Amino acid sequence: MSFLERLRAGLRRTTDQLVGRFDRLDAGGATRVTVGQATATVSIDTLDSLEEILIEADIGVSAAMRLIEAVRDQTDDADLRSVVKRELRRLLEAATPAPVRGGRPRVVLVVGVNGTGKTTTVGRLARLLTLSGERPVICAADTFRAAAVEQLEVWATRVGADFVRARPGTDPAAVVFDAISAGKARGRDVVLVDTAGRLHTRTNLMSELDKIRRVAARAVDGAPHETLLVLDATVGQNGLAQARAFLESVGVTGIVLTKLDGTAKGGIAVAITAELGVPIRYVGVGEQLDDLVPFSAAEYVEALFEPAW
Amino acid sequence: MFASLSERLQTAFAVVRRETRLTPEAVETALREIRLALLEADVNFKVVKAFIDRVRDRAVNRAVLESLTPAQQVVAIVRDELRTLLGDGPAGLTASRQRPQVVLLLGLQGAGKTTTTVKLARWLTGQGRHPLVVSTDMRRPAAIEQLNALAHEAGIRVHDPARDTAVVARAEGAVELARSMGFDVVLIDTAGRLHIDDDLMGELEALKTAVQPSDLLYVADAMTGQDAIKSAGEFNRRLGISGVVLTKMDGDARGGAALSVASVVGVPISFVGDGERLDDLQPFHPDRLVSRMLGMGDVLSLVEKAEQVVSREDATRLERKIRGNDFTLQDMRDQLETVKRMGPLDRLAELIPGMGQMASRMSGEVDPHALVRTMAIIDSMTRRERVRYQVIDGSRRRRIARGSGTTVQDVNRLVKQFVEMRRMLKTVGAASRSRKKKGRRRRGIPTRPGMPVA
Ligand SMILES: Nc1nc2c(ncn2[C@@H]2O[C@H](COP(=O)(O)OP(=O)(O)O)[C@@H](O)[C@H]2O)c(=O)[nH]1
Ligand SMILES: [Mg+2]
Repeated sequence: MSFLERLRAGLRRTTDQLVGRFDRLDAGGATRVTVGQATATVSIDTLDSLEEILIEADIGVSAAMRLIEAVRDQTDDADLRSVVKRELRRLLEAATPAPVRGGRPRVVLVVGVNGTGKTTTVGRLARLLTLSGERPVICAADTFRAAAVEQLEVWATRVGADFVRARPGTDPAAVVFDAISAGKARGRDVVLVDTAGRLHTRTNLMSELDKIRRVAARAVDGAPHETLLVLDATVGQNGLAQARAFLESVGVTGIVLTKLDGTAKGGIAVAITAELGVPIRYVGVGEQLDDLVPFSAAEYVEALFEPAW
Repeated sequence: MFASLSERLQTAFAVVRRETRLTPEAVETALREIRLALLEADVNFKVVKAFIDRVRDRAVNRAVLESLTPAQQVVAIVRDELRTLLGDGPAGLTASRQRPQVVLLLGLQGAGKTTTTVKLARWLTGQGRHPLVVSTDMRRPAAIEQLNALAHEAGIRVHDPARDTAVVARAEGAVELARSMGFDVVLIDTAGRLHIDDDLMGELEALKTAVQPSDLLYVADAMTGQDAIKSAGEFNRRLGISGVVLTKMDGDARGGAALSVASVVGVPISFVGDGERLDDLQPFHPDRLVSRMLGMGDVLSLVEKAEQVVSREDATRLERKIRGNDFTLQDMRDQLETVKRMGPLDRLAELIPGMGQMASRMSGEVDPHALVRTMAIIDSMTRRERVRYQVIDGSRRRRIARGSGTTVQDVNRLVKQFVEMRRMLKTVGAASRSRKKKGRRRRGIPTRPGMPVA
């Protein structure tokens, strides 16, 4: 299966629902809804239904409003769906990941609140890297949650990646330092750091992350080269607060949107990209090793709106 | 966590309060604000729609609009409807006679089931029960180890026969063991699963049939968005949920999921998890939550929290002081001492009427040094200054600053905060006094002698 097929398979349920509703929306009007020369041709009723769809996708009231404003002002005569689609895609594509610069090994921090899928993501990122010929070191820096290290070790073994573990209760920054040293000594390409889940409102835990960041920066030039925020697709408006807080304290360079294989749409990630300019980098579409795929704005939006498959 | 929702609702109410004669248009403006507030708090779109329609139906009629206190009436209608939505059932587990009583914990991946299992066992121990826990999560790597480690930390007995790998066998084994060893409640942790995963939902149905639980607790993340009604609804449809546990309530989620889940499942929220410590689980009180959402604070929760660390007499004394408006700087110092022992400050602040906004501004934990500094300032005051803050003039402030190793600005700030706090407490005191007079006709709150009703 190509990544595209997998993404689609994962998103299918999500899309069926969304598309199903869009079709109803189109069919609901007397004619196909067109945005003509006169803005008035977009009926309020339809815009209301559009608002409902966007809000129920967790895009949020203000981002939904902005999208609707953008649609309202379109003057070409494309149908409502493709205008929204284009707008969404433009918005998602406007955010691009910054080029990775600096020394080796590349350090990737994986952060987020509790239970979003960080540990699973680290295992699967290691898999993706291995498949592309890179050699990762997995670093277990969750010294807080019970059995977190054991959980990650299972993934490391499955992938066949180097594993550097923390002794429980020790300083996570020290483990990160150890893992980077090990990576250098063995000539590895990437160090993937799994961190403990933390609510973004806990200032002391957030400064612990900052410490990890500083230790990494001292060990390798330009580290951490990437900091990925793992977001659960079921999260609501709080996702934006999470992104803001993590961005502020450790500097997030990308989002991993997990659990898209459920019925949630993860729309808050769109709001985060729109508001904070942080791109979505990967999506999680299941619990297995291969269920993580690189994000593509075009595919995501197509998959959300294309009824063909 | 509800601070910002209540702020938004206050804005909405301000609209109706401004009007001396309420017009349907003014109500409509307020409803628009309320709708936005609820949507931004992640209450499900459909739930909000139904809610607003019900409030409108009740508010836009002559009896309300032409009454002497239209604004209060609108607020009361909103409060009523929020209460209805959250349900009025008793918090905690069902009062089952089943022994051992069997409790299943269910939910999506990452909701917090494993931690909740141990927290609940811990809570039950406090109720004089004897819980046994078992994990049936054979899927997530190290899930069983996680439960074992947490249970060990909490001093809870675990059933974990290494050779048993079948979900139903493990659960049945635990019930069997409980029966023979005299444990009176078995808590069964299950693997997280998607509500649309037919096979795994079927596995839960089989588990339910095998162990006949009295309680099926759906564990939901308080930060969940619009999807909450779909997942909870489907778990309920297939398994019949008896209660809901909302986790991660210690963050800043506005908690609309609580309203969504309660309204779609139609069963009470039984518990809320509000911290990472194993003691951070509380039975849910809808009335108190509604007060918090409407920005009225929750003195009862505060007093209960305080009771865990201070004697009953101290708590009653504090409550009397609050009601009598005799709160002094000395009391504030005593309270800070207590607060230091009670845990994260911002969460307590939320419970104090009017402090919710302050709590959100503090965002996160309060600097523990600030607490120590504040106590040092009060320690440098004379007895007279502590009971009559009005006497603290400029020269006294300079002396106090010098004595406590702080600055005059620090002292000024503290006095200002204290005055503010007294002002807030005065309103609560007055409210609870007048309610006392009217008698205790309140639903859902156990009124105990000596406890304030607020
Ligand atoms: N359905 C689904 N489950 C996922 C996905 N990613 C992670 N999970 C599950 O979510 C749960 C929490 O994941 P974990 O990696 O332990 O989260 P962490 O606490 O952030 O490290 C586990 O049960 C994972 O199997 C995904 O993309 N889809
Ligand atoms: Mg983890």
